[in-house]
Order: sequence, then C-alpha cells, then structure tokens
Amino acid sequence: MLIGNRKKKAVVERAAQTIFTVCAFFAVLAVLSITLYMIISGTPAAVKVGLKEILFGTVWAPTATEPKYGILYVILTSVTGTAMAILIGVPVGLLTAVFLAEMADKKVAAMVRPAIELLAGIPSVVYGLLGIYLVNPLMYRLELALFKDSETHQFTGGSNLLSAVFVLAIMILPTVINISETAIRAVPSGIRSASLALGASHVQTVFRSVLPAAKSGIAAAIVLGVGRAIGEAMAITLVSGSSVNAPLPFNSVRFLTTAIVSEMGYSQGTHRQMLFTIGLVLFVFIMLINIVLNKILKKGASGE
Amino acid sequence: MKRKSGKGFAWMAAAVFAVSCLAGCGTGSAGSSPASSAAQSSQASGAQQDAQASQGAQASSQTEDLSGSIQMVGSTSMEKYANALMESFREKYPNVNVTAEFVGSGAGIEAVAAGSADIGNSSRNLKDEEKEKGVVENIVAIDGIAVCVDPANTVTDLTRQQLIDIYTGKVKNWSELGGSDTPVIVIGREAGSGTRGAFEEILGVEDGCAYANELDSTGAVMAKVASTPGAIGYVSLDVVDDSVTALSLEGVEATADNIKAGSYFLSRPFVMATKGEISEQSRLVQIWFDYVYGEEGQEIASQVGLITVK
Repeated sequence: MLIGNRKKKAVVERAAQTIFTVCAFFAVLAVLSITLYMIISGTPAAVKVGLKEILFGTVWAPTATEPKYGILYVILTSVTGTAMAILIGVPVGLLTAVFLAEMADKKVAAMVRPAIELLAGIPSVVYGLLGIYLVNPLMYRLELALFKDSETHQFTGGSNLLSAVFVLAIMILPTVINISETAIRAVPSGIRSASLALGASHVQTVFRSVLPAAKSGIAAAIVLGVGRAIGEAMAITLVSGSSVNAPLPFNSVRFLTTAIVSEMGYSQGTHRQMLFTIGLVLFVFIMLINIVLNKILKKGASGE
Repeated sequence: MKRKSGKGFAWMAAAVFAVSCLAGCGTGSAGSSPASSAAQSSQASGAQQDAQASQGAQASSQTEDLSGSIQMVGSTSMEKYANALMESFREKYPNVNVTAEFVGSGAGIEAVAAGSADIGNSSRNLKDEEKEKGVVENIVAIDGIAVCVDPANTVTDLTRQQLIDIYTGKVKNWSELGGSDTPVIVIGREAGSGTRGAFEEILGVEDGCAYANELDSTGAVMAKVASTPGAIGYVSLDVVDDSVTALSLEGVEATADNIKAGSYFLSRPFVMATKGEISEQSRLVQIWFDYVYGEEGQEIASQVGLITVK
C-alpha cells in the first residue's frame, strides 16, 4: 500500500512537472514564432523600398503610380501621441493613486476603486465610440473657434491628434493608478511615521517621503502606460481621422497601429508588405519599451 | 476568393481544435461531445457539397460535356466582382476552369486584341482605337458613386469642377459654393479602396486629393458625414440612406436610372470585352456570358454593390 502510494505520488509529481514545463515553453514558442514571423514578413518591403526612405520619408502614397512609402509622420504621431497621453494621464493617475492609498477614508475608496476597475474592463472600441460621439463634436467646436480666420488650416471635423490623445489618456488611467497604488502601499510605514514625527504635514510626507520611496514602482506604471498607449489601435482609429499628416494638435493623423488597420483590407503587393514593415517598426518600439521596463524594475530591486 | 475560403476553413479548424482542447481540459469525456458533433456537422456539410457538385456535373454532362478553360485579364477594380462571378460559376460548371489576372483595364483589352485572353476586363469605356482592333464592348454592370453631405447642408448640387476643387483642397468653405459659412470637411476612403480608386479616376484627381479624414469603411464614411456639419464624402450608390443627402451632380440626381441612362457622370461601366461579338466566341465563352447576363450573374452584381444592366 505504502509503496504503491509513493509510486503514484512520484508519477503525479513527474506529470505535473512535465505539464508546467510544456506550458512555460508554449509562451516562449509563441514569442519566438511571432518575432520570426514579423521579421520574415516585415523585411522584404524594407529591402525593396529602402529603410531610409521608409523611416525618413514624409509622403505616404502607396497606390500612386509612383508609390511613396514614407512613414516619418506616422512614427512621429505615435511618439507624440503617446507622450501627450502620458503627460495628461500620469499626473491624474498618480494623484488618484495617492488619494486611494493615503488620503481616502474607506467609504470613499470603496466607491472609487470599483469605478477604476470598471474603467480597465471597458473594451477599447467603446472608448472609440464615446470618442466619436463626445470628444469629436467638442473638438470640432474648438477647431471652428480657433481656426475661424485661418486660410491654410484643413478642417477635420474634430477627428484630430488631440481627440486621440484624450481617449488614450483615459485608457491608460487604470494601468497607472493600479500599479502606482500598489507601489505606494508597499512603502514601509516607518518612513511615514518618521516623516510625521519630524513635524512634516500629511501632504509634505506624501510628496517628500512616500512618493520618492515608491519611485521605481511608479516608473514601472508609466512605462506600462506607454506600452498600452502605443499599442492601442481600435479606439484611436475611430477618432483620429486617419490621414497622414504631421502630428500637430488639430491635424488629422495616423498612428503606427492605425496605419496597419486602416489599409489592410484592400492592399496588395508591396503595399501589403509595407504594412507588415510598419508592424515590424511598431514591434521594435514595443520591444525597446519592454527592455527599458525591465531595466527599471531591476534597478528598483537591487538599488534603494 | 479561393484563398479566402481556405483561410476561413483554417480558422474553423482552429476553432474546433480550441473547443476540443477546452472541453478536454474542463469536463473530461463528457465535454468532448461538442467538438465531435462540430466535426460531424462539418463532415456532413462537406458531403452535401460533394453531392451538389456531382449533381451539377451530372446536369451539365446531360446537356453536354462542359470542360475547358476561360481566361480573363484586366481591371483591378473588377477583382471583387469577377471573383464572385468565378466562384459561383465554378459551382455550376465544376469542370470549367476560369482564370483571371488583375493587371489593369488597358492591359486586359490589349490581351484580348492580341488573342492571348478570351475576355478583357475593363472598368472604363473602350477607346475608339481599341474598337478599331475588333474588340467589342460588353457592359456587364455599372459602378455608381454617390457624393453625400450632411442633411443640414444647403448645397444640393455640384458641378464636376466644383467637386474637383473641393477634393483637391481649393474650395475650403461652403460659402464659396453658395452655402452657409461652414468649412468643408473632405472625407474619403483609404488608399487601396475600390471606391476611392473609381472616384479619383473618374474625376482625374488620382493621388491629388487632400483628405481631412481617410476612413476604412463605407459605414464609417456615412456615419462621419451624417454627424459632422460641413462634411462631404463619397460612397457606393447602393448604401445611401436618409441619414445623409446625396448631391445631384451637374443637375442630375444620383439614381440607378440616371446612371443607366448615362447622364450621371460619377459612374463607370464594367466591361468584359471580347474580340468580335459574343455570338462569334467559343461555346464556353458564350455560356459564361449567358451566366453573367442571366439571373444569377445579375444577382451577384447587385450583391457586390453594382448597378445591373438587364
């Protein structure tokens, strides 16, 4: 009996180990095959058209008789759009996190927290629809007022960079709030007590002692927010107008993600291969962000 | 089309696989039944198709032994229509192999004139010098495009030149065209779209349009035009509804009748050109045209958003 039982246990143990290993390798396999696929399908057009022309060209006319495949404006739009979304989203998110972790009494926190969790669960297409019906008309009014006498401005009906930034800023809030709240809560209470004992006020304690102590976690929150913003396609394709222009606030713009989405349907030949190349550029961007994230997290673990 | 249906099958197979995996992990032997029933049903439908195919083959072999091949060369704009026709034609005559290359209208007509293809697809009328070579223009369907504005716009008619000026960015305000003081918001489709290709080609403004919005579907264009004061957009004629105002062009309303009569200029014929009249063609090609002009062929034309000619 005893021996049989032990044998059975050993078999179960070994089986479990095998299953875990297979699962672990499945993720690795997925990453490897995606990387390989992106490189294989993204490089032919890059070679054919020339990387310099793609990355530094400003004219995107893939179906012209002499096609042009410049995506400089598209790249710049992704960079500025994400940066602006972070500039709006991070201060709001960070202060919300401080409020939840340090200031709010339990009843208020119990109301705010579910709302934020709900915000994280809303599908991105819904954000886009709300953007169309709420943000775009408001932006159009602003546009009409600002460019009333402009001779050169091309009116976009509110589908512009700012609309997209606004939607992105709201979309990254849950990520920023949740991760920085966790970081703030992880700060040892001794730091707070010491600061308060030295005569600092509550607000002084938060800004001078707690936030600096939580900075690596907050940095992680920001980088994850960047990742979320730069990879988003559905919501912003609905509100950004999707014409390739320089990323000025009231211009209709196209992001790296929306460039792929909007022309995948009918593209052929080099045009289609180019879309994969844009995917590769986006992939490289996101990989770089991940590397930065890992560096920051490692620093946080070993430093301090 | 062939490639697409292959993809669809792959997705289905993947879905069945996923279902069977989930079921297997979740509830053991009991859970495997949905997967196996799905497999059964797909087998069944496959068998049905086979039966249909063999029936079709029998029917055609009763009349005569229809086999051989038809070669089409020509317009890229007609790809969707031609592929839809080929697919349903293949169901009816499984032994006839219809092939198509989409290389452009001019090249298609040239191929017919030179005798290297049976049918030349062209998304424009034939030129006189092409007709002189003995190529005959068989119009099989008409592609019509409507120009829409938001319902509040007081402008209801545009000339060809005004339309060109709007889309190339010369006219920026509706007041320049006798409307209210509202900026013009130029909305179009993404590069590669057939509607955009036709619109720019007919107006002669290829690659010269200054779009404020490049949307990736007909529905998106309709929604944006309907909700934005001052917006103008183009869509396939068959999708226009009450949410927008379809402009008349040069005083001619955008209706299927006006397009058939040839008075509405924002349209183009889809031509399947042959060398000599259809009655002079091989038996196979004649059957192809019977099919295209017949009930099923015209049904397909309206399915892909075209105006039928019969």
